[in-house]
Amino acid sequence: MIRWVFAALLALLAVPLAAQDSMPPAPYAYNQLEDPALEAKASALMHTLRCLKCQSQSIADSDAPMAGDMRHQVRARILAGESPDQIRRWLIARYGDYVSYEPEVSSTTWPLFAIPVLVILIVAGVLLRRLGKRRSDGGEAEAKA
Amino acid sequence: MRKLTLWLPLALFAFFAGLAAYMLTQEKDQFVESTMIGQPLPAFALDPAFDGLPGASKADFSGKPKLLNIWASWCLPCIAEAPQLEVLKQQGVEIIGIAIRDKPADVANFLNRYGNPYTRIGSDKISEVQLAIGSSGVPETFVIDSKGVIRHQHIGDIRPEDVPVLLRELEEAQ
Repeated sequence: MIRWVFAALLALLAVPLAAQDSMPPAPYAYNQLEDPALEAKASALMHTLRCLKCQSQSIADSDAPMAGDMRHQVRARILAGESPDQIRRWLIARYGDYVSYEPEVSSTTWPLFAIPVLVILIVAGVLLRRLGKRRSDGGEAEAKA
Repeated sequence: MRKLTLWLPLALFAFFAGLAAYMLTQEKDQFVESTMIGQPLPAFALDPAFDGLPGASKADFSGKPKLLNIWASWCLPCIAEAPQLEVLKQQGVEIIGIAIRDKPADVANFLNRYGNPYTRIGSDKISEVQLAIGSSGVPETFVIDSKGVIRHQHIGDIRPEDVPVLLRELEEAQ
């Protein structure tokens, strides 16, 4: 009997497995920069950088320890006077385009930018031809009437 | 001709539906590879991760090709790769460790239980060096040549079949 009560109690207590470290977060992982202008710059950048552990989240959204360490890098570098663009380049040099949520034109991504323009041009061409034709048809019809 | 073009939108839809169904059955590659292969190690100097071994710095990667093992005492796959690191050590490979977000007591405890294949272990408390070399998790192992250039990256735990690959990469980095 007592065993069953104990088992039931254990089942009620949800004890998660500690699969992560127990270290305190990096200084700037959860602390904002004092200067609001610099913090705004850092925050805007952090929303466009991918968390490498939780790849569908930005580092601003994620609570993964590594995302915290990346936020520390971003804030510490902004504080040291680096521009958001420099920091983005620094990360892209290490992890490739994948780390940035801001799309760039490169040898592999240019079709993404070229195809919409091409499609719009084709549609415009077709529309112009059809509308032009209809107008001239209509004109003829009116002339006949 | 007219009839054929009528079916075109449906055919396009079927193509994309098929593509989506196919991609759903494909395994997703979650690994983010470092784009630092072929680049020199960035400058760094890390304090010892515990009392038993010296810390690690860029200057330690000279003389001969060495392995840089990114690991942590709280990382389970790191336990799985410990025997393989031991084999590499016995083959004469020098392994320099970097412990990510780790405590000295935990590092010492891990090495006591699973063996110590390292000659040096630096402590990277805020994943600084890890980010600087383009590593996105633990464990990861890098082959560094005698000039300090990153030559190869192994993502995840080292399985027995990966040992010959790493030995060959070390040979080629000569």
